Amino acid sequence: MEHPFITARDVDVFYGDKQALFGIDLDIQAKEVTALIGPSGCGKSTFLRAINRMNDLIPICRMTGQLEIGGQDIHAPAVDVVALRAQVGMVFQKPNPFPKSIFENVAYGLRIHKMTSNKTELADRVEWSLKSAGLWDEVADRLDEPGNGLSGGQQQRLCIARTIAVQPKVILMDEPCSALDPIATAVIEELIDGLRKDYTIVIVTHSMQQAARISQKTAFFHLGKLIEVGDTETVFTNPTQEQTQNYITGRIG
Amino acid sequence: MIDFGKSAGFNLAARHRAEKRFQWAGRFAILISLAFLVIMVGSILSDGVGVLKRTEIAVPLDLGPEAIDPDDVAGASTLKILKSGLRDAFPDVTKRKDKKALYGLVSPEGSFEIERQISTDPTLLGGTRVLWLTASDDLDLFLRGKIDPNLPERQRRISDQEIEWIEQLQETGQLRRVINWKFLTNGDSREPEIAGILAALVGSLFSLAICFALSFPLGIGAAIYLEEFAPDNRFTQIIEININNLASVPSIVFGLLGLSVFLGYFGMPRSTPLVGGMVLALMTLPTIIIAGRAALKSVPPSFKQAALALGATPVQAVFHHVLPVALPGMLTGSIIGMAQALGETAPLLMIGMVAFVVDVPQSILEPATALPVQIFLWADSPERAFTEKSAAAIIVLLVFLISMNLIAILLRRKLEQRF
Repeated sequence: MEHPFITARDVDVFYGDKQALFGIDLDIQAKEVTALIGPSGCGKSTFLRAINRMNDLIPICRMTGQLEIGGQDIHAPAVDVVALRAQVGMVFQKPNPFPKSIFENVAYGLRIHKMTSNKTELADRVEWSLKSAGLWDEVADRLDEPGNGLSGGQQQRLCIARTIAVQPKVILMDEPCSALDPIATAVIEELIDGLRKDYTIVIVTHSMQQAARISQKTAFFHLGKLIEVGDTETVFTNPTQEQTQNYITGRIG
Repeated sequence: MIDFGKSAGFNLAARHRAEKRFQWAGRFAILISLAFLVIMVGSILSDGVGVLKRTEIAVPLDLGPEAIDPDDVAGASTLKILKSGLRDAFPDVTKRKDKKALYGLVSPEGSFEIERQISTDPTLLGGTRVLWLTASDDLDLFLRGKIDPNLPERQRRISDQEIEWIEQLQETGQLRRVINWKFLTNGDSREPEIAGILAALVGSLFSLAICFALSFPLGIGAAIYLEEFAPDNRFTQIIEININNLASVPSIVFGLLGLSVFLGYFGMPRSTPLVGGMVLALMTLPTIIIAGRAALKSVPPSFKQAALALGATPVQAVFHHVLPVALPGMLTGSIIGMAQALGETAPLLMIGMVAFVVDVPQSILEPATALPVQIFLWADSPERAFTEKSAAAIIVLLVFLISMNLIAILLRRKLEQRF
């Protein structure tokens, strides 16, 4: 088996006195989609936000244990959280384009990281990102229109385009389709499946059908513990744990 | 058949009545406040309209070489010329007391006006010329019917004799009413007919400029730091409580602070717009900080999160995405603070901006007064004509305020992103 890209060892996360995650050991393979499933409040989003250290923004939140991405401990003193987040992109539950034009939304990350040297290069990268997110054909003639004038599904694809513009290694997705209708959801799922060949994707989802459709690995969380992880097909058809069985058949959660 | 009324629960009619009652109460409240507003503006306007024009008297003056040496115009006594001109116009006035009353028809400023008119147009020299000079405030009031001639003579400011002269002047067309630009171009004066608002207006403008230059960057900076970066600990909580308290501190306290610290300790020049602006800035800061924080708080946190998740530093996230959205709101708060500062009198009294300022200040280090202080000074003056002046000054203050708000609205509209 190849070396995992993200490894979590004995990860505990606390919100003040309350412990949200208990000793998570999880390996995430490169260029695969790993789905984190489990009932609300089980800690799957907390784990996701630990990967790009977004939890740092919550003053009372603290983490112990070890989290490595590509062999680098992300809590090592030498690791700059800003640089980390440039490599580990995130797509949020609710589409949150910046209150700027479609073009500026995608160009923002390129601008702050000075990833392009001139205007044409910038425009090319924006076009490439929008094409990769499957949005180009819909917005090509109105790039200077506001980003939040798009439909919900388009906005979410814009957020994905914004994220992949800076070419991260990992894309974290926190229930990216929960605010979308089934058609938009299907478009995004197809997109995620296409992105898999270039990016390591970790997705939190409430929809087990979604997890089954798009992920190669599935990790089931319950009450802050990682109950089971494995190939998606195995987890859904032949889970080793009874709790997993109960959850995917709808008895708990 | 369904009885909707029955299934909708108890006493539907009473609930609808309550609804109506509340709406009418609201309309009534708005009506009352509108009525008061109309009364206030109406009375100010009707009082202030008298300042629009002033009265001038045409006086034939001997400007010949024996009265004024053309080589030494400054050395001539224009007052003497004015007096003799008036005596010649009314040759039958002989008694000393009557002469004095006669001279009083023209404003004490009249002799200076002669000087100015000669210096702007030297061709006037060399013979008898008729010059238009500003009349006294009492004459002006009488002409506009503000002094009742039917009152007993001792109870009015203008005597029967003077009325006779005025009527005589009117018959010969020696009186005219002209637009009173002097009100907008002069400084203060003891004589209401020539007192103007410009010194106070410029003083207010300078003070506000200083106030804005100090309080806006400081206030916005403090708001951004406290809202977006400061750790939430006891120290910042104490600061927050104190800022909220400062916003409700009576303004005269800030004036006292300015008096003891800026004037007393640092020895800055008193009565100047610089110190006035600094004191007003102290007063305005808490308002700007509180409004700024509220505006920042109302920005959805998702923008900041999205920027951070892209690898923006916290400062980049705030300045690129939070601040542009919050800026219009911050601006509104600042303008409210500035409007308060514009109308503030008490702190300016404490630092000596209550001075009688005739000359329009040329810099922030020259003694000045401010519009509200000027209104206070004029309202306090015994001359009746000053009542009109205060009303007119209030109009100027309101126009100033409205144009300031207008600029703010335009600015905000420009800054407000369409998306």
